[in-house]
Amino acid sequence: MAKINYITHDNLTHTIDVQNGLTVMEGAVQNDIPGIDADCGGGMACATCHVYVNEEWLDKLPAKEDGEEDMLDMAYEPNKFSRLSCQVIVSDELDGLTVNIPEKQV
Amino acid sequence: MNKTDALIIGAGPTGLFTAHQLKLIGLDCEIVDNLDKIGGQCIELYPDKPIYDIPAVPECTGEELTNNLINQLKPFDIKFHLSERVDEVKKENENWVVKTNNGKTFFTPNIIIAGGVGSFEPRKFPVKECEKFENQSVFYSIKDKKIFEGKTVTIFGGGDSALDWAVELSKSSKVNLIHRRDDFRASQATVDKVHELAKEGKINLYTKYQMSSIKGEEKLESIDIKNDDKEIKTLNSDYVLGFFGLIMQLGPIANWGLNIDKKTIEVDTEKFETNQKGIYAVGDICTYPGKLKLILSGFHEGALAARACFKLARPDEKYRFEFTTSSKTLKDRLGVKSD
Repeated sequence: MAKINYITHDNLTHTIDVQNGLTVMEGAVQNDIPGIDADCGGGMACATCHVYVNEEWLDKLPAKEDGEEDMLDMAYEPNKFSRLSCQVIVSDELDGLTVNIPEKQV
Repeated sequence: MNKTDALIIGAGPTGLFTAHQLKLIGLDCEIVDNLDKIGGQCIELYPDKPIYDIPAVPECTGEELTNNLINQLKPFDIKFHLSERVDEVKKENENWVVKTNNGKTFFTPNIIIAGGVGSFEPRKFPVKECEKFENQSVFYSIKDKKIFEGKTVTIFGGGDSALDWAVELSKSSKVNLIHRRDDFRASQATVDKVHELAKEGKINLYTKYQMSSIKGEEKLESIDIKNDDKEIKTLNSDYVLGFFGLIMQLGPIANWGLNIDKKTIEVDTEKFETNQKGIYAVGDICTYPGKLKLILSGFHEGALAARACFKLARPDEKYRFEFTTSSKTLKDRLGVKSD
């Protein structure tokens, strides 16, 4: 279990206990955090679960797999902090992870 | 004007099997899809990804599933209208009049929306001002490459479309190619070609840059691009092209007077009918208590919606449930021999 902080575009922080093994995307969708669409349901096929990872967490996350960076090309305003939240799997080590949700996904 | 018993919007797996069910019970139907090919998300997003939860099919890819569904429709004559997006739905007495973006009109008592997450549209530039120049000097696809001759064209993107066009247009235009990172996802041969042309000065390559603003009064004059370190460059351009792939948007469906909750359409679980009589929603785009976004659910929903269509399409006849294993009528429709 890890506490994940989702900061929505209106600057509200939603802190959610997310079970290990779920993705950061699932933690958001299952708890009705607005701003993460996840149209393809976690298949790394749509880039609508895009988040900006807090700078201090960037290097602590497991590296991107092939394809995630390609998909991020399709995201709305990607930058070097960008991840697809469906590709970040929650574990105890991620306790306190903070992600910013972009203004929009498409 | 195309007259049909039921119009299906969406040629994904759910739309295809729904067509099968309609034809099997003796109704005719036509299918409209915004994509230029049959298969929906299965073909556009994951043609090569294996799917493991289609009943009685232990494993198949999106493409195989689509091809099998098309095969299953072989006995039937079904008209597909591809590259057509349904824009307008209006009631006329007991029927619906449906219009597409290219001016096709349908007249039908039943509309089945099998639209997945909506229609695929090109992803656009996040810079709002681009809208002002869209289809004049900002494009997301190319219809006539002649307009670019002798002009300065700035292309954004890192995939095959962006790089193929950069190579092609560099023959007769001044080309800037901008991508948000150093790696391209286009085929290696094209990437090599782009680097070669960049070395020869035929393509101006800017990586790690994205658009920050677009300038011009009546006509596009220049664009600014910015990198992660906030350095800005100004590029004079006559045309701007963006190739960022496709996104899914609910689109015009939102304006048809349906009850919509979180980009999905509310339906009942008997007929999969929406709040509008004669409009049904099946597959990923519908919602009801307990809804599972699985392909198998779409098949079930389509089968029931097809039966509901019968009542409105054949008000004077009674629908009779039959099995394909035993019914002579169904076998005749399928073109197979009866025992």
